[in-house]
Amino acid sequence: MEETRILLKNIGKINPVSSADYVAAGGYKGLKKAISNPEAIVDIMKDSGLRGRGGAGFPVGLKWSFTKGTPSDQKYIICNADEGEPGTNKDRILMSGDPHSLFEGMAIAGVAVGATKGFIYLRAEYPYLLPILNDAIKDAEAAGFIGKNILGSNLDFEIEIRSGAGAYICGDETALMESIEGKRGEPRYKPPFPGVSGLWGKPTIINNVETLCNVPQIIDKGAEWFRSIGTESCPGTKLFTLSGNINNPGVYEFPMGVNMRTLFKEVGGGCPGGKKLFAVQTGGASGAIINAEMLDMPMDIECCAKAGAVLGAGDLMFIDESINIIDVVENLIEFFVEESCGKCTPCREGNTRLLEFVHKFKDGTAREDDLERLIEIGSFMQVSSLCGLGQASPVPVLSAIKNFPDKFIVKSDERGQN
Amino acid sequence: MPKVYIDGTSIEVENGTTILEACEKIGVEIPTLCYLKHLNPAGSCRLCLVEVKGSRLLQTACTTPCAEGMEVTTMNQNIYNARKLVLELLLANHDDGCFSCPNNGKCDFARYCMDYDIEKSPFPRNKEFPPVDESGEFFTYDASKCILCRRCVRTCAELQCNNTYTLKGRGHETMVGLPFNQLFKTSNCVSCGNCVSVCPTGALSTKSGKKYRDWEIKKTQTTCPYCGVGCQIELHTKGNKVVGVEPLDGPANNNLLCVKGKFAYEFINHKDRLTKPMMRKGGKGSPLEEVSWDEAMSHIAEKMLAIKAESGPDSLAGFASARVTNEANYIFMKMMRAAVGTNNVDHCARLCHASTVAGLATTLGSGAMTNSISEVVDSDVILVSGSNTTETHPVIGAKMRQALLRGAKLIVAEPREIDLAKQAEIFLQIRPGTNVAFFNGMMNVVIEEDLLDKEYVENRTEGFEELKTLISEYTPEKVAEICNINAEDLRKAARLYAKAEKASIFYSMGVTQHSTGTAGVMCTSNLALLCGKIGKYGCGVNPLRGQNNVQGACDVGCLPGDYTAYQKVVNPDARAKFEKAWGVSLPDKPGLTITETIGAIESGDIRCLYVMGENPMLSDPDINHVEHALKKCEFLVVQDIFLTETAELADVVLPAGSYAETDGTFTNTERRVQLVCKAIEPVGDSREDWDIINELMDRLGYKNNFSSSSDILDELAGTSPSYGGYSFERLKKEQPQWPCPNKDHPGTPVLHIGKFSRGERAIFKPSPYIPAAELPDEEYPFVLTTGRVLYQYHTRTMTGKSEGLTNIMGTSFIEINPTDAGKLGIANSDKVKVASRRGEVTVEAHVTDKVAEGILFMPFHYKDGPANKLTNNVIDPIAKIPEYKVCAARLEKF
Ligand SMILES: Cc1cc2nc3c(=O)[nH]c(=O)nc-3n(C[C@H](O)[C@H](O)[C@H](O)COP(=O)(O)O)c2cc1C
Ligand code: SF4
Ligand code: SF4
Ligand code: SF4
Ligand code: SF4
Ligand code: FES
Repeated sequence: MEETRILLKNIGKINPVSSADYVAAGGYKGLKKAISNPEAIVDIMKDSGLRGRGGAGFPVGLKWSFTKGTPSDQKYIICNADEGEPGTNKDRILMSGDPHSLFEGMAIAGVAVGATKGFIYLRAEYPYLLPILNDAIKDAEAAGFIGKNILGSNLDFEIEIRSGAGAYICGDETALMESIEGKRGEPRYKPPFPGVSGLWGKPTIINNVETLCNVPQIIDKGAEWFRSIGTESCPGTKLFTLSGNINNPGVYEFPMGVNMRTLFKEVGGGCPGGKKLFAVQTGGASGAIINAEMLDMPMDIECCAKAGAVLGAGDLMFIDESINIIDVVENLIEFFVEESCGKCTPCREGNTRLLEFVHKFKDGTAREDDLERLIEIGSFMQVSSLCGLGQASPVPVLSAIKNFPDKFIVKSDERGQN
Repeated sequence: MPKVYIDGTSIEVENGTTILEACEKIGVEIPTLCYLKHLNPAGSCRLCLVEVKGSRLLQTACTTPCAEGMEVTTMNQNIYNARKLVLELLLANHDDGCFSCPNNGKCDFARYCMDYDIEKSPFPRNKEFPPVDESGEFFTYDASKCILCRRCVRTCAELQCNNTYTLKGRGHETMVGLPFNQLFKTSNCVSCGNCVSVCPTGALSTKSGKKYRDWEIKKTQTTCPYCGVGCQIELHTKGNKVVGVEPLDGPANNNLLCVKGKFAYEFINHKDRLTKPMMRKGGKGSPLEEVSWDEAMSHIAEKMLAIKAESGPDSLAGFASARVTNEANYIFMKMMRAAVGTNNVDHCARLCHASTVAGLATTLGSGAMTNSISEVVDSDVILVSGSNTTETHPVIGAKMRQALLRGAKLIVAEPREIDLAKQAEIFLQIRPGTNVAFFNGMMNVVIEEDLLDKEYVENRTEGFEELKTLISEYTPEKVAEICNINAEDLRKAARLYAKAEKASIFYSMGVTQHSTGTAGVMCTSNLALLCGKIGKYGCGVNPLRGQNNVQGACDVGCLPGDYTAYQKVVNPDARAKFEKAWGVSLPDKPGLTITETIGAIESGDIRCLYVMGENPMLSDPDINHVEHALKKCEFLVVQDIFLTETAELADVVLPAGSYAETDGTFTNTERRVQLVCKAIEPVGDSREDWDIINELMDRLGYKNNFSSSSDILDELAGTSPSYGGYSFERLKKEQPQWPCPNKDHPGTPVLHIGKFSRGERAIFKPSPYIPAAELPDEEYPFVLTTGRVLYQYHTRTMTGKSEGLTNIMGTSFIEINPTDAGKLGIANSDKVKVASRRGEVTVEAHVTDKVAEGILFMPFHYKDGPANKLTNNVIDPIAKIPEYKVCAARLEKF
């Protein structure tokens, strides 16, 4: 099946640093339009139905309207380029191949809400992107697309790159802001939401790279056009990352709602060595692990949620029959034990307890009440943790228990005393 | 004003009110661990979870703001289970040695575990902890008892603003610790103990010699006896012993204390306390012997009456005290005036802020802080000069730093690179004794660059033209030369101050203790007036008074020229009023100041001196001279809690009760009158100050009608306009700032709003810069300046009894610049001999670039190496305050 290349249209085709190349390919037209009528942008974004591509799927227009509606002497636009999800590199592809589309998206956001300063919070593992991005920024500044007095409009929009702290949690929007502020990268409680009180307490829009790269074409071609792609609740395309036991791993762009089976079979080419697909983890390390029998699933936020899966940032990890699901779960919880920031009790203490129970299943020493306790703690973490990490980290194990009950065997005859 | 429903009860709350605060209002208790009033919420422990209708997640009550129509459930099985799990997860790695834990009985964590039916955690321990840190003088840190609520970390960072702690590790390994594996002893910790006070477990525990449980102790709310901040404290007593101090949420301190207030209470029950009256039965030269109260009192009365009969009332003098209550001071000055018949009453305010009282009374009409302590947090620019605030008024220092955290800018003009200087936007290291030039320079820039508040100057001041003429001479270049600073920095400072919306000036003895002290004070008000920054919130001229009740001692008339509330002795109406109130005729001539009294003793004009709670032997300038006078004094009575250096010279020594053993009031530096409450009975046979004086007055032939200090406050309120609204009853509920003329008056947080105390207009008092009286020369090439340190107080009669403080800073020292030290071959910690024209002392050298070249600094607290053997007793002609801050000295290796 053919990809629908909207975000990836320039990748590999233009000199990424050159704004002239980008303009020749139709770039910076959205920004021009935005400058001619800044008032209209937020409404266009609302009409477009674009939702955040960083994982949570929050409506972009609505998010921007909060910041627009909060008066302040200073506002910020942050691009979340932390891309911390293991195995994901969609944002890297966009930034290395078409950085101007990101700058344009940020500048439009700035113009829309009255922000004059933007930050790109770049994943620590992407230092090699720094020169490309910096050169591209210089180029765009020289051409007057960003910096002072952009396109002669009297509006300013500067972009600065900040290197990430190398911690998964710094991908969380509020931890990221703490990190930019030079503090220990730990999430803040919400509300207040960043749109109203974000970086240094100022109204701040934070969006994922992919989200922002969608913006220029929406402003240029209109909300109508955008809504014609994808599904009713999730218009547009999505970058999907296929990984795990798959013949053609990589990043592919398809309209929202593309069937998972299509992605697995036609795009991914199935499991290597003709092995049978056993399970799929969708939505990254904290996504649900579903049974291969559920493969017929349209990939958009609503449909995934209905099936107990997560679209997240569009990650699909395929797991074939040779893999022990308990090992997968163990691995994932170990990741979260490592990556928990340690601020709140449920996640800091809870993940280590989840791991202890999973070890019991691995050793075959688990008892009935261990399973109950595991589910109890996991469910507790989901509703009581401070941030998305702790709230989602039990998802893999809980979904695995639900979808593969026979893999979590307990010595039911020995109901233990605690 | 959103309306919310909490467990079905509806309540309307202010915007921004959290669910927790709303619950508090209607008496619904929510368990909390990380939450603490005055700290930014953290939302990290997750114990305060509640259900909010419509939310999939449980919400933390401490962080979630109420929204219109919100329906909150604060308890059900679901919530109970979640909170219980939080506690169980925490308990798993919490040391279970509750029986031996000093926190047992008041432990929030243990109480919550009990509330949620937890005896032991269902989870095994899965963490390792470092050994207990016992290195600090006053408290220990046991990580194995820590539940990671971070109250300590946040208190130290957000309120004390000392950033001693760090969070180590991440995730499950996260631990509260100090950076670079330091111990408390080697860290930057200033031992304020504020982290200890907020720890909900026994992880941070005071090192108290005594073992006690919370339920065995009595708690008494009172006021800290040390500096003028007036922190509210809770004294913990077991039997007749003080065993601990906890901070209270007083208007000045908001739950903060400094090391002295928190830990230096050993003096109260110290074995050296005076417990019996003593007399030299065999006359001068004979030893002090214990006698009965009756014997001592009748001897004193007899002697005083005899001297009065022979040489007249003005041959007697009294020193009241900045340390004792308003009530004791009031009755003391009443004794001198009504029973003895002299205005010879003064106290050590003379030595610290007489120039403030004289200066600001002239320019503004009232010699006190114009604004309130809490306002500093909201200032945009803070100008500190002549005050090492973080050491001398630590809680105000902490609040200044809180202001900096909120984005305020700081200007520091000080001879030493004090701690605050490191955080200053602009630090001007001025030469000691050049404050007047500095302020004139600031004003020059303000006028030159047209930054003055013209409307304010026009409508609310007089004397601008004279000011302008004088100020025109003080160009930044000239001032830079005098002060040894950079002219451009001066310009920047002036602009910063003048342009700020809310800018406050804070000063202390660095401005007042000069032969030009009054001029220095008037300059601060000149600058503030010029920029329109008096009579406004967050602004003002704020003298920081040193001792707990120095403000009060002045207010209640322990000044030779003033009755209570600055009613002048020379004013016939005022005199008539007091004559009527007291039923005696009163002298019309102002009495002698402390400094003059010492001279008058030397000359034989004063034959009897009564000293209540002061130690002029160490605190007065040129103590060789003081010693000589006191030894010469025909009859010296000292009433104190210890046998001070002064008491050792007395003919009769009377044991007084400490602040913990008396009722009364102190007035803090922001004019706030606060209660002092008796926590224990006076130790031994000691008696409360007011009670001693009350009986003595009786024996001198003047009968009061006082049966408690509350009665005294009532009389004081009746005769003093600005104190008219005070009574013990009212002060239990609220502590208004004077002027508070009647019982319905809310008090006055900001003076001079709309109108000045002195009348419609304030007056500019232009003052030329006059160099200090004694400047360095070939023989004495250094400028010696003196001051205080955080860990000691006054002449150490109280702090000297604290083992911890003695260990931290138990001996005198002198600070000298490394270049000077190098030239003289002096290394750090070397013993050096310091000499001035008046004397010589031997102390330890601290080689540090805190002081500039050519400058020496010495604390004045110490008996070993007393700085005041060296200081110059030349006085300011107006306020009669001695020039402690500048004298010429030389030093050499010992
Ligand atoms: C633990 C954690 C890690 C996250 N990491 C990322 C990330 O690497 N990149 C990203 O764009 N969003 C990440 N997010 C989501 C952000 O918090 C935020 O929702 C997103 O940046 C918003 O942008 P969007 O609306 O454009 O998706 C993470 C969230 C959590 C809780
Ligand atoms: S949920 Fe985990 S990562 Fe998030 S704040 Fe709590 S401890 Fe930190
Ligand atoms: S005692 Fe004070 S300075 Fe020391 S760590 Fe505690 S709060 Fe910080
Ligand atoms: S030491 Fe005390 S206050 Fe600090 S985090 Fe631990 S339990 Fe909380
Ligand atoms: S700041 Fe002053 S009043 Fe407060 S505790 Fe310290 S010494 Fe006492
Ligand atoms: S008290 Fe609310 S989260 Fe700790």
